[in-house]
Amino acid sequence: MEKETKAFQRVYTKLFQLTKATVSLHAKGIGYDELAIVDGRLAQVVKIMEDLVTLQIFGGTEGIATNAEVIFAGKAPTLKVGDDLAGRFFNAYGEPIEGGEILGEEREIGGPSVNPVRRKQPSEFIPTGIAGIDLNNALVTGQKIPFFADPDQPYNQVMAMVALRAKADKIILAGMGLTRDDYLYFKNVFDNAGALDRIVGFINTTEDPPVERLLVPDMALTAAEYFAVEKNEKVLVLLTDMTLYSDALSIVSNRMDQIPSKDSMPGSLYSDLARLYEKAVQFPDGGSITQIAVTTLSGGDITHAVPDNTGYITEGQLFLRKDSDIGKVIVDPFRSLSRLKQLVIGKKTREDHPQVMNAAVRLYADAANAKTKQENGFDLTDYDKRSLDFAKEYSEKLLAIDVNIETDEMLETAYELFSTYFKPEEVGIKQQFIDKYWKNNKN
Amino acid sequence: MNTIGNVTGIIANLVIVETQGTTAQNEICYIKHGDTRLMAEVIKVVGNKSYIQVFESTRGVKVGTEVEFMGHMLEVTLGPGILSKNFDGLQNDLHKMEGVFLKRGEYTHPLEMEQKYDFKALAKKDDKVVAGSWLGEVKENWIPHKIMVPFTFKGEYTVKSINKDGEYTPEETIAVLTDREGKDHEVTMTQKWPVKVPIKAYKDKPRPFKILETGIRVMDTLNPIAEGGTGFIPGPFGSGKTVLQHNLSKNAEADLVIIAACGERANEVVEIFTEFPELDDPRSGRKLMERTTIIANTSNMPVAAREASVYTAMTIAEYYRAMGLKVLLLADSTSRWAQALREMSNRMEELPGPDGFPMDLSAIIANFYARAGYVYLPNGESGSITFIGTVSPAGGNLKEPVTESTKKVARCFYALSQARADSKRYPAIDPIDSYSKYLEYPEIVEYLNKTIHENWTDNVFKAKDILLRGKESYEQINILGDDGVPIDYHVRYWKSELIDFAILQQDAFDAIDASSSLERQNYMLQKTLEVADMDFEFESFEDVGPYFKRIINALKQMNFSDYESDEFKQNEKEFRNILKEQETAGKEEEVTAEEKAS
Ligand SMILES: Nc1ncnc2c1ncn2[C@@H]1O[C@H](COP(=O)(O)OP(=O)(O)OP(=O)(O)O)[C@@H](O)[C@H]1O
Ligand SMILES: [Mg+2]
Repeated sequence: MEKETKAFQRVYTKLFQLTKATVSLHAKGIGYDELAIVDGRLAQVVKIMEDLVTLQIFGGTEGIATNAEVIFAGKAPTLKVGDDLAGRFFNAYGEPIEGGEILGEEREIGGPSVNPVRRKQPSEFIPTGIAGIDLNNALVTGQKIPFFADPDQPYNQVMAMVALRAKADKIILAGMGLTRDDYLYFKNVFDNAGALDRIVGFINTTEDPPVERLLVPDMALTAAEYFAVEKNEKVLVLLTDMTLYSDALSIVSNRMDQIPSKDSMPGSLYSDLARLYEKAVQFPDGGSITQIAVTTLSGGDITHAVPDNTGYITEGQLFLRKDSDIGKVIVDPFRSLSRLKQLVIGKKTREDHPQVMNAAVRLYADAANAKTKQENGFDLTDYDKRSLDFAKEYSEKLLAIDVNIETDEMLETAYELFSTYFKPEEVGIKQQFIDKYWKNNKN
Repeated sequence: MNTIGNVTGIIANLVIVETQGTTAQNEICYIKHGDTRLMAEVIKVVGNKSYIQVFESTRGVKVGTEVEFMGHMLEVTLGPGILSKNFDGLQNDLHKMEGVFLKRGEYTHPLEMEQKYDFKALAKKDDKVVAGSWLGEVKENWIPHKIMVPFTFKGEYTVKSINKDGEYTPEETIAVLTDREGKDHEVTMTQKWPVKVPIKAYKDKPRPFKILETGIRVMDTLNPIAEGGTGFIPGPFGSGKTVLQHNLSKNAEADLVIIAACGERANEVVEIFTEFPELDDPRSGRKLMERTTIIANTSNMPVAAREASVYTAMTIAEYYRAMGLKVLLLADSTSRWAQALREMSNRMEELPGPDGFPMDLSAIIANFYARAGYVYLPNGESGSITFIGTVSPAGGNLKEPVTESTKKVARCFYALSQARADSKRYPAIDPIDSYSKYLEYPEIVEYLNKTIHENWTDNVFKAKDILLRGKESYEQINILGDDGVPIDYHVRYWKSELIDFAILQQDAFDAIDASSSLERQNYMLQKTLEVADMDFEFESFEDVGPYFKRIINALKQMNFSDYESDEFKQNEKEFRNILKEQETAGKEEEVTAEEKAS
């Protein structure tokens, strides 16, 4: 059943096995990871046993017949990279959505890792104006960090806002299972901000087959590497939504009869996600890839395999939560963490930043305890009451995502709140900072 | 002649090879893929089929591709030049690799074969020697690097000749040894050793009897680890495992630190590359990097090499231990290694154990931890490997196979608590759940009381008791309400908070607080216990917290100042003054009582 067409292209027309996501056939001389077109749909080799080759069909196998034409491409999936990418949106296969051609050099996606000794330690602060991020969880170029959010939270809006304020040379949007509305929203905001020429999008919407999503992050990161390595640009990659990406991984692995791990995710989920997230990097020549991702949670459960593995891979997480006391979405200071913040806070920002940040969060924790007490019907001490008042104002003035101020102003605001509600020894920061920055309006 | 085979199947990095000749479990082989050779290890043999795990991406590999089996297991090269290097999990020198990106099939030499080392003979002609005996030494950084009789040598040998002191490259013969049968063997400065086999070139392995000072109060004071001991740090993501290990690698009182970054973030090793060459070793005054070796197999590097990386690190540690050095071995995270085993076991469709991990996971972990230890060498000297691994339990739930298997073998348990991390009480080691079995060793107790203070261990147990009673009081207060309990409950709770804030919590990023000497730990422990021993009188429960917060603040300021500096003393005075308020308050009452009586 084999005939040679173009050089390297082999064509077969007899399928041996069909499942919802894969087909198998007898074929020879096929390379692992190689691409093929099955009945016009893109597919990739995922298993070879003797002459039995199993292909994963990105668009699903609906309607594929046993005599479907299979053409092997003799290479792994590729993307054409070049300056031509800027300002355009592509589908999961790297084809321009609005048609047309791309001029550029063909690159295999999912390429090798950066040698760790060729990396530079991230050290550039990315201010966003959002105090819940800048004050408590400062971001740094070369970092990878997801928003952990329930599906009803405005994570895509926050992400777009952060992206525009981040002063990146390129913003690469990797949309996986994006609703069409959100896709158009992104396009719109970037357009309105006059930033469209800095944007590259790789988009899989809910209208597209889910398995196609598996190509999206690799496409986006291949483009990111082009701009960061060859053009020394600061690239920001937005990955939304990685939970939907993981769902696609589980579809494929379950179809291939792999033993599922926790939450029916593949046992290799950690490695699969790490391979993508570790593409975040600061290069010595100034180029960098920063990743901001979204991991949607179900019912705030972070022990689910996807957020759990993500938390173990990324450099922190930004936890969005609605604060019912102030009726706004805040960046939760307890569950959020930027692990690279210590590389910049107190260094690129004012010296007392770390201490102020920690003190405020500690006092906020005291308020949380007081709140539990209150809910259990106990009397509150004077300190409890003060901490509750502090917490409310802290939430409103600093944690809410609609805050947009400079970092120094965030610190000043914190001292203002401290001195309104507490004595210096209750706040517990270094004496030298108290002497220098404490607001003597009270106490 | 090496055995040759051909690829017959590929599933990700599991490749099946049909061979004619012999192959062995754990044998190394190379897949000839185009111009590159991809390294792999045999993990199962069935009939003429060898199942190999490939240490690289298998992209493009085809059925029929030739595979060459090398006749040896995965080995490391041991010799001067290891120290301060950054290796990958297979001991390739990462600095020697070209380009920004790692290239598949590029393998680099771990040592500097051209470099000459200044050799000084330690053995002389006609000496009787065994595997591990010191023949001579060279300077490696500041360490007197011993050139030893290769560990593969069996039985006794006689030194036939040994080179004069002078400069030699690692491959030059430096001695000739004659075995019992009269056969001569040339010895160079380098040797090879299979990583999965423990190096046993020691005479005896006693129970650990000293502690390894780490500078971290919650460890040293509350749950010390023995020199040559084992410990592990389980904790959910973000609870501080890596920060704690980095802090250990900076401050622990070891001659050498070997860090296996196993399946974790690249930026974390970059942090070490960047900071360690600048940071001073608080003990030797040299740069930290001079005593550190990194085995970096980060999460985006080939999965199969994760397993290799921890063994590579352990073997290098054993090599230096045989030189009589005090080695600290850290692995972050052993869970990633276990996951790599799981991925492979699943691909081979083996019968899975709990959570899909291989059935023999416990045995694998136990064998690995057993390689640590304090040893007496053939010449009577001693050396040690203290091993501390992190564990990353899925969902933060400690009832999972890797945590449970590790708990069976590691003697120190440093459980990081999410609640403590959330409230930024760092390091987030849970003071109540964690333990050190070494505190049950009479020889350790005796050592501690002799070296730190005669009452040291009594004080430590007292502090533990206060923490426990503080927790109980806290629970009672939560159940019954602030005014539903006697004021005494509040005092008890705050006494435990004092220990928490002044001893347990430690700022890893503060230049002074990051590390605390045992002397200083003793001093501070005594301060907190002094408060714990005092009786306090408060009008109302509302006065307890604010008062204790002032004491805490004073003690914290002491922690932030140089030991015994003016600032330190100033803060101590402040501490005294606060305590005096209560003493005088008590006295005034006494006086009035007396006056009344008279
Ligand atoms: N001793 C400490 N002092 C101050 N901050 C700390 C300390 N320990 C941890 N942190 C904070 O917690 C963050 C996470 O710590 P770390 O990276 O060690 O977590 P981890 O347990 O290794 O997580 P993972 O399992 O995901 O690797 C740090 O980036 C830092 O912000
Ligand atoms: Mg870690």
